[in-house]
Amino acid sequence: MSRPGRDEDPDRLYTVTGGRSRAGSDELDLVTLIVSESEPVPGMQSEHAAILRICRNPTAVVEVASDMNLPVSIVRILLDDLLAAGRVTARHPRTSAAADQLPDPEILKQVLVGLRNL
Amino acid sequence: MDSAISDPARSRPPLQSTADNGLKIVIVGGFGVGKTTMVRSVSDIRPLNTEETMTRAGEGVDDLTQVRDKTTTTIAFDFGRISLNQQTVLYLFGAPGQERFWFLWDRLFTGTLGAVVLVDTRRLADSWYAIDRLEQHGTPFIVARNDFGGPFHTAEAVRDALDLPESVPLVDCDARSRASSRDVLIALVNHLYALAAARENLR
Repeated sequence: MSRPGRDEDPDRLYTVTGGRSRAGSDELDLVTLIVSESEPVPGMQSEHAAILRICRNPTAVVEVASDMNLPVSIVRILLDDLLAAGRVTARHPRTSAAADQLPDPEILKQVLVGLRNL
Repeated sequence: MDSAISDPARSRPPLQSTADNGLKIVIVGGFGVGKTTMVRSVSDIRPLNTEETMTRAGEGVDDLTQVRDKTTTTIAFDFGRISLNQQTVLYLFGAPGQERFWFLWDRLFTGTLGAVVLVDTRRLADSWYAIDRLEQHGTPFIVARNDFGGPFHTAEAVRDALDLPESVPLVDCDARSRASSRDVLIALVNHLYALAAARENLR
């Protein structure tokens, strides 16, 4: 399923993440919206600088991964770095009113209204 | 060949600064059934593509140098998005239904509102596995049959072939049509709403 020409060299991914292959225990959701809180500074790792540019407007984790041509898991690690440094903030999905599986009816109403307006 | 980091200022309208709640719906189906077509039909943006990798024996692996000895699963998927209002953004994912994909389901699609199983009535068997897995995961879903102009089957015949309970809605669609694809999403959300309302009544 991988696209031809994509660089999947594990060595490159190793370098990008400083050797880590797993993000923290609270993994960012694919649709968590990331917002830059600062501009790139000289000397910053290029991937971090790219994320700060991409996320000047709210941008989902999965969009960042697509823009950077990196697997989602690698982007989660890079985002954790930036979150820890306070350079980005995360707007987490508000889906469910409780721990159970079904979404909050109020959210579903909003979705219905939005879809009907398409 | 793409460079490692693409131009982020590519032609994609940015979300409003007020956007703060990302939701997701997954469209599952076999190869060529029209997942990407449906995403494209309703998305505000041209569908994007990304991928996720995971090692089967991934738990506890802290060092990518060990990864080369493990079985690595790579899954590519398409997605689009719809801004529903100033705060809410709905992301639509087109996900392949094949077996190896399900290793990544929890990692990618935990918290999804629900799923659409897109089927081609000429190849219904392609959908059996996806339906079974969604039931196992407890993910609410509906089935949408994409109109490929093949021979007509009654809804009952399709239900029988898919072993689909009456409680799961079955709708017809043309994934090339924005209105038709939107109506599939509305059917899914109506179904979710009915399930949520039923749960409320039990409390």
